[in-house]
Amino acid sequence: MKYLTDRKRAEGLGAGGAGSHHHWKMLVSSILIVVLVPLFIVVFGSALGGSREEVLAFFARPVPALIAALGLVVGIRHLMMEAHEAVEDYVGGINRKLTLVAVTAFCYTLMAAGLFALLKIAL
Amino acid sequence: MVQLTLPKNSKVKVGKTWPKPTGANNIRKFQIYRWNPDDGENPRVDTYFVDMDKCGPMILDALIKIKNEIDPTLTFRRSCREGICGSCAMNIDGINTLACIYGMDEIKSDVVKIYPLPHMPVVKDLIPDLTHFYAQHASIMPWLETKTNRPAKEWKQSIEDRKKLDGLYECVMCASCSTSCPSYWWNGDKYLGPAALLHAYRWIIDSRDEATGERLDQLEDPFKLYRCHTIMNCAKTCPKGLNPAKAIAEIKKMQLSRAV
Repeated sequence: MKYLTDRKRAEGLGAGGAGSHHHWKMLVSSILIVVLVPLFIVVFGSALGGSREEVLAFFARPVPALIAALGLVVGIRHLMMEAHEAVEDYVGGINRKLTLVAVTAFCYTLMAAGLFALLKIAL
Repeated sequence: MVQLTLPKNSKVKVGKTWPKPTGANNIRKFQIYRWNPDDGENPRVDTYFVDMDKCGPMILDALIKIKNEIDPTLTFRRSCREGICGSCAMNIDGINTLACIYGMDEIKSDVVKIYPLPHMPVVKDLIPDLTHFYAQHASIMPWLETKTNRPAKEWKQSIEDRKKLDGLYECVMCASCSTSCPSYWWNGDKYLGPAALLHAYRWIIDSRDEATGERLDQLEDPFKLYRCHTIMNCAKTCPKGLNPAKAIAEIKKMQLSRAV
């Protein structure tokens, strides 16, 4: 479109009606991460150095397995949302949409692979 | 979208070095960005020498002295000379500020480097094109919106409610904050930027304004508001000592209180 007025250019397509929900989800997952990351480090750290049988037995217990699973899910979801922000910041046009799809696919694959490995160990 | 290198025709070249004033003992070196849209040349940085014994204490004094006595083609905006009009905003020694209230003694290095406000189209020399910036400001409706019939005398406001506008109404729209914000650099077409959002908040919390919901609706957008990542360059650079980042955070809190 040519000869757009300055005001029309500034208004664009108007407000998208979204953003606050994403902001809230980021806040919630940040709080969860503050709790989960130290727990995850403690759990993971206490399994380090053990023999294969000891580690399998450790992650077969419900609390370490649940903490590891929650750490994976919440951590990767937070990573995904933050990566979306970064993509929206730095990439434009059709590349933005394609990169957002790629990031989402990568994060869910990472989450699925982590959970599958954990389930295999825990069960 | 982010650009890592300047376009070919925007690469800055070394410009002309003007002669030193004769008989002066206290000389200061100024390197100033120059670009003339009419000559088809790339931008350049010219070097000037100013006799500080015959110059006022502010950067704007030196610029006016250079224009009056050395190079009349040097172009820049200025008006009030006391930090009220916001015209002389430019990048001085790496900081976006007002040339009229930035003292020469605040610059520690020997050379004073002066560029236009970053990441804006340049009209000429130190003059950025602020058309889009002003249009964004207009888009947030920077005026009192009311639905109730106009009172016979005046719209009343308590002393406490009036105090809430302190730290907001003082903004002179110099664009120092917005042009220091990386989010505004990369997404300035959609992101409103710290200055427009500070003004938006000023009207949102005005107790007399009756369009609070509409104003918040207008800002409910991943780009218009939520490109602010609390980088805080705006608060650091504001020549009036205001805190646009805090105003933006308050808008986000109000949005959340509606949504959650």
